[in-house]
Amino acid sequence: MKDLTYLRNVVTLALTPDKCKGCGTCLVVCPRAVFAMPNGKAEIANRDACIECGACVKNCSFGAITVKVGVGCAAAVINSFLGRKGSCCCTLPEDDPSCGPGCC
Amino acid sequence: MSPPRVDQSFVHGVIETPAGPVPRVYSFLTRDDRLGTIKVRLGIGRMSYTVDPGLYALRDPLPDDPVFVTANYKLSFDKLREALSGRNGWILVLDTKGINVWCAAGKGTFGTEELLLRISACRLGEIVNHRTLILPQLSAPGVAAFEVKRRSGFSALWGPVEADHIPAFLDSGLKATPAMRIKHFPIAERLVLVPVELMGAIKIGIPILFAFFLISFFLSGISLHAAIQSGLNALLALFLGTMAGAVCTPLFLPWLPGKSFAAKGVLPGIAGSLLFFLVCGNSAPALEIYAWLLLIPAISTYWAMNFTGSSTFTSLSGVRKEMARAVPLQVACGIVGIVLWFSSFLAY
Repeated sequence: MKDLTYLRNVVTLALTPDKCKGCGTCLVVCPRAVFAMPNGKAEIANRDACIECGACVKNCSFGAITVKVGVGCAAAVINSFLGRKGSCCCTLPEDDPSCGPGCC
Repeated sequence: MSPPRVDQSFVHGVIETPAGPVPRVYSFLTRDDRLGTIKVRLGIGRMSYTVDPGLYALRDPLPDDPVFVTANYKLSFDKLREALSGRNGWILVLDTKGINVWCAAGKGTFGTEELLLRISACRLGEIVNHRTLILPQLSAPGVAAFEVKRRSGFSALWGPVEADHIPAFLDSGLKATPAMRIKHFPIAERLVLVPVELMGAIKIGIPILFAFFLISFFLSGISLHAAIQSGLNALLALFLGTMAGAVCTPLFLPWLPGKSFAAKGVLPGIAGSLLFFLVCGNSAPALEIYAWLLLIPAISTYWAMNFTGSSTFTSLSGVRKEMARAVPLQVACGIVGIVLWFSSFLAY
């Protein structure tokens, strides 16, 4: 099955090869098969598949990966723009919501 | 932190452990469980569909049996225990405020701290004699496995993305194939999400429809007949725009032209406009027709864009980029459409 892909050349994912120790955790946690490890070190093989979920960053104990973590959710962007911070799911991480009754 | 209540409908007594009694659950779902699933799939009471956080025993687990970690959203909990049919195990439920695994991980409520807190609160180390937890892979945005290991001694193993693959994962010695690591977005999954989208759209659409009806009642010189006529046109237009954006776009997502969701909502929106024209083209003032021909695609692209939040392959950077282009166009179409619609009453 051909997977759906989103916009090209937009994501903030970056990998510092010098810091990578080749543990392969990023390959395991990434739900979009963004990474590959052809030569004992992780490489970004499929950048446009990245959804900026932050699973790789969170689980890289060597700090080799950076990404501006977020959720690809228009409702969250609108809520953020309108200054709504009460909903639990449909808010952006930087709004640091107090998790309460929400929309998702 | 109190243990889960034993009077929850899906709990069948308790089993005794060195750390006290643990509520027992089974894999089979009752009629109440299934009814609950249908309700939340329709968007009813989703925020209060929870199970108590804490440790549960699946069937009759022994200290050697695996520990599965999940969210306290009842749908997540039910999906897990159903997938584990015929097996014994321990289910550690985190307090994610009733939010599913993936969203809660994104929020950080399905996170390292909460997991460590639950491990110690339920005295898991005294109940099981191994030091392995099986976590849903989609909780990885919230849980740092190396931190969990360092601070609790428990190895957090990443189970497959889909609960359905857990039996295969267990039977192959806790190994997931590369295919089990990828989150797809098949049509069945998109279909399941449509009712919630639709309910959300209807909740917003009804007051708007009522406003159109009232405004046309007054602008047409208190004519109920005219108000009903333009109210029915508004009903049809809102219905078509909503169906195009909240139903057709999600279903036909892979085959619609464009990369952004708003762009994918254009074609169904135009189809909606054509349908509207076929039905009402001769029975309404020209300006009112033009207004709806513009507004239907605007509504469609808005609800299409809204589906980014339900989808599994969008990024925040991408959504921001698509909104920067789509929202000004939607607003422009909206304003022109509304002005045209108001202008259609100048004849009265």
